[in-house]
Amino acid sequence: MSLVLNEEQVFLKDSAKKFASEKTPTTHFREVRDSEIDNCYDDKIWQEMVSLGWTGILVPEEFGGSNFGVAGISSILEELGRTLTPSPLFSTAVVGVSLIKHASDDVKKDILTKVVQDGLRLCFAIEESNHHDPVKISCEAKKDGSNFIISGEKSFVIDGGFADKVIVACRTSGEKGSKEGLSLFVLDSDSKGLTIMPTKMVDSRNAANMKFENVKVSSDTLIGKEDDAYEIIESVLDISRAAISAEMLGSALQAYEITLDYLKEREQFGSKIGSFQALQHRAAIMFSELELCKSCVIESITSFDEGGNDSERLASLSKAKVGEVFHLISNESVQMHGGIGVTDEYDIGLYLKRARVAEQIFGDSNFHKNRYAELTGY
Amino acid sequence: MENLDQFRKETKEWLEENCPPEMRKPMGPGDVVWGGRNCKFPHPDAKLWLERMGEKGWTCPTWPKEYGGGGLSFDENKILQEELMAIRARPALSSFGIWMLGPALLEFASEEQKKKYIPEIVKGEIRWCQGYSEPGSGSDLASLKTKAEDNGDHFVVNGQKVWTSYADDCDMIFTLVRTGPQEPKHDGISFLLIDMDQPGVTTKPIKLISGKSPFCETFFDNAIVPKENLVSELNKGWDVAKRLLQHERNMIAGMGLGGAGSAKKKKDQTISSGMATMAKTYVGEEEGKLANPGLRQKIASFDINSHAFSLTMRRASEESKSSNSGPSPASSMFKYYGSESNKLRYELMLEAMGTKALGWEGEGFGPAELAITREWLRTKANSIEGGTSEVQLNIIAKRVLDLPQ
Repeated sequence: MSLVLNEEQVFLKDSAKKFASEKTPTTHFREVRDSEIDNCYDDKIWQEMVSLGWTGILVPEEFGGSNFGVAGISSILEELGRTLTPSPLFSTAVVGVSLIKHASDDVKKDILTKVVQDGLRLCFAIEESNHHDPVKISCEAKKDGSNFIISGEKSFVIDGGFADKVIVACRTSGEKGSKEGLSLFVLDSDSKGLTIMPTKMVDSRNAANMKFENVKVSSDTLIGKEDDAYEIIESVLDISRAAISAEMLGSALQAYEITLDYLKEREQFGSKIGSFQALQHRAAIMFSELELCKSCVIESITSFDEGGNDSERLASLSKAKVGEVFHLISNESVQMHGGIGVTDEYDIGLYLKRARVAEQIFGDSNFHKNRYAELTGY
Repeated sequence: MENLDQFRKETKEWLEENCPPEMRKPMGPGDVVWGGRNCKFPHPDAKLWLERMGEKGWTCPTWPKEYGGGGLSFDENKILQEELMAIRARPALSSFGIWMLGPALLEFASEEQKKKYIPEIVKGEIRWCQGYSEPGSGSDLASLKTKAEDNGDHFVVNGQKVWTSYADDCDMIFTLVRTGPQEPKHDGISFLLIDMDQPGVTTKPIKLISGKSPFCETFFDNAIVPKENLVSELNKGWDVAKRLLQHERNMIAGMGLGGAGSAKKKKDQTISSGMATMAKTYVGEEEGKLANPGLRQKIASFDINSHAFSLTMRRASEESKSSNSGPSPASSMFKYYGSESNKLRYELMLEAMGTKALGWEGEGFGPAELAITREWLRTKANSIEGGTSEVQLNIIAKRVLDLPQ
């Protein structure tokens, strides 16, 4: 796969960089966080993203999208990650859109068009336990004539507190833990019997717990085939894992650069602290680790668009590596800032908080190391 | 693109015709061809293969044609390497001349020097070794004391070098010498090419913890070096030295890519991890998973880093493709990561093999097992030679990250 971006992707990345520095620097995140808005994002900013076409990057042209691919949207997320820009872009334009692409033509036309034009917000309800597990699903959907009745609970639904549509992974047959018997449905978030309980996470963003009590959905809302959603789920998860890795890489790079600047300016014992070898070596190790992360991310995000045959493993490679390195950098950055590193006034703590939540999204490093080993035959 | 397809076709045909069958068999430890005046060939085909590749300049594919190199572009060379790999051809020639000295000569040497020395390297006629470190000058290389004194049309060299790889089999040594004893230490060093076939140069092997002796001490006792063997200007040798070290670091970094551990998806779509496959034979498996979960987790971490590292080497090569810039201070990152990774590879192999990796010689251990034990000991030098890991981190901090002195 390509290890350098093409012109189109570079253009998207540059415009996202400009957007992030002009419209959503970290002061924007702070404003939203400290405002009365529970959702932790600014709808005005969201609409600007929509008008820039970002929600349509994975949408086929026939539904108004640009089809610029996973590398395109991920490059944008990387830049937004630098300034911790809060928005439903990942849950909607990456996860949601990728799932809806497998729905019926009518559903696709309806939902994708609205996502591109109006910024309709999507979320994916899959998790049921404290750790990511795409097959440990017991939320069930029972067939009832031409309808399904959904009952069960979901947790850690990213942006679930405010989404307009919910895509839910259910068990239509088989045992909890089995790859067979999974089905996907899309429904309105105000559906009867669906209770959404927003959870405010440590990074100030939104996730939600959801309770489905005999929620009736038409079989037209089925995404893919009944009992047969596992492959769709995994393929969408892989795209999402690669894309969130790109966002995490952006955040990690920024946290690192902030820290490097601090090492060059802070003085103790009459010297810049960056002249101390104890800190220099740690900074050099972090530099090396970030270089490795960049390669994992770019190889992974381009593999989907170029039809690579190793996308699954590359997604796990990225998520595992970037997760571990963002963890390292967020910890080291706070330590190297000393006392001010643990104050709310300095941005560096914000990256630490974001790191831990992002690490959990669709599998932490342990999950993906294990998966990488399985996919490699051990 | 059309030209490249044509190039691939011609290359394939040429290799088919010219690479002898014996040279397509896997290599044993004694099969490396180092070239030189007293070159030992493991097989007559190896000699033939070197002659043919040397004639074409393909031992140094991207070096300029005018000095005997292959004159290939980045893309052509990539194709050549792919086609060599496809027929599992052995390297026709391995040498420090190719990896280290040649690139530095192309950049710093005079036209006469290039015309004389580069073709010899390409054809493997001269075997070179490196005279850098001294007993008192390791990490602080620039403090070196071996001196070269002006004696009219030649220099007289006295002093001692250490860690000179394979010096006892080499013909020439590229050497850092002090020519300006009054100057600040970096500004009094010159780069000399010294013929070892003279009474003033003697070597003595150093026995390592691995039991082998790939390195020597080299002594200069009134060695005579003609003036025309000075590369670059007098007292400007440190610039050449630094550049050459970057090439050396890239070479050592490449070891981090070694076959055993990096899990790659091959063209035939089978995925495997050399390390995990090996570990399974010693540890066993349960339901397809390596039986020892702790070791499995460590191998997965290793494979992930190894995979990420090889992608990064590839990315750096693609990024430098257009700029043609050669190695940079960032090569310290590759040296650091590659050598640490190679050490870890062998530590993990030891862990997987248990007591089977702890044999020294004789019965009870297979030859491959004994070789791994020795190689494990050898890898301990990876993060010392060519500048220690700590020196690499210093270079990254100062020259890449621009942290204050």
